Amino acid sequence: MAKIFIYPATSLILSDMVTRFGHTPLGSAIAIRERVQTAGLESIPLQITPEEPKKGLRWAAVEVPSGVRGRMSLYGPMIEMCDAAIIINNADLAFGCMGCARTNELLKFLIRQKDMPKLELEYPKNEEEGTQFVAALKRFLSDLGGKS
Amino acid sequence: MTDYTPANVGTVTRYVVVESYTVTPADVAIRAYEVAKGVMIKENCFGLVVMGKEEEVNRVIAEVRKMDPAHIFVKDRGFPPGDARRCRATLGGARPGFHGIEFEMTILPYISHAIEELEHRDASTVPAPQSQLTSPRLDIYRLKKMIDAQEP
Repeated sequence: MAKIFIYPATSLILSDMVTRFGHTPLGSAIAIRERVQTAGLESIPLQITPEEPKKGLRWAAVEVPSGVRGRMSLYGPMIEMCDAAIIINNADLAFGCMGCARTNELLKFLIRQKDMPKLELEYPKNEEEGTQFVAALKRFLSDLGGKS
Repeated sequence: MTDYTPANVGTVTRYVVVESYTVTPADVAIRAYEVAKGVMIKENCFGLVVMGKEEEVNRVIAEVRKMDPAHIFVKDRGFPPGDARRCRATLGGARPGFHGIEFEMTILPYISHAIEELEHRDASTVPAPQSQLTSPRLDIYRLKKMIDAQEP
């Protein structure tokens, strides 16, 4: 069972497909759950404390805005931990503020830099593309040793 | 700043999204309650939120998935159900993460169709999806024609 980083990190489809084909998806919920379930200082709504941008310095330089570094403290450890990654490129739902946009660019860059199996796809727009999409995911995840 | 004492430590929360024309979220909720054994279940407009120990949650989800495997989807959630920091009952408006699910729910019928089709078809015989990067880009002459066609 491999750990697969998914982008968009909140994707229902990718999270389900990865689980369905026998692997563990790594997405936002895992990192948020870790913070929500850890005692410390109250920092609503996501329990992101001033410590997070400091941790983010591992993946982004000090002149990079703290919003990007804070987000990287969530995703950075998961990119280091993952065995493979799946990216959906035309993901409208990944749209957000400049912090989100720059973090997304950095995430994709770090994934492409890492020497590991990667799969890049687009969201399907019809049934035929849907079949190609799921078949590509199935082939990729089966090659990693999941269920076929 | 005040001290933060977390609740529900050691639990996992998962969404069960129902995109089926034969099973409703209410049907799935009733089945989930039947096999719950201490797992917290909350029904909502698109499915369920299930919270509890990981093995128990996995067991409940595996059971409800059997109702319509190709049309029931699952994803992780960071917050427990009804958490005041995220719940729309206290915040008003849609929960922030709902928009992502709403977007992907428009694509789920294609995914469900593919899962059903691939049950009796070998995935290796399906051609790879065409990447947007390899698709033909807008031709420069066509672009010039479009610019010239603009009203002054």
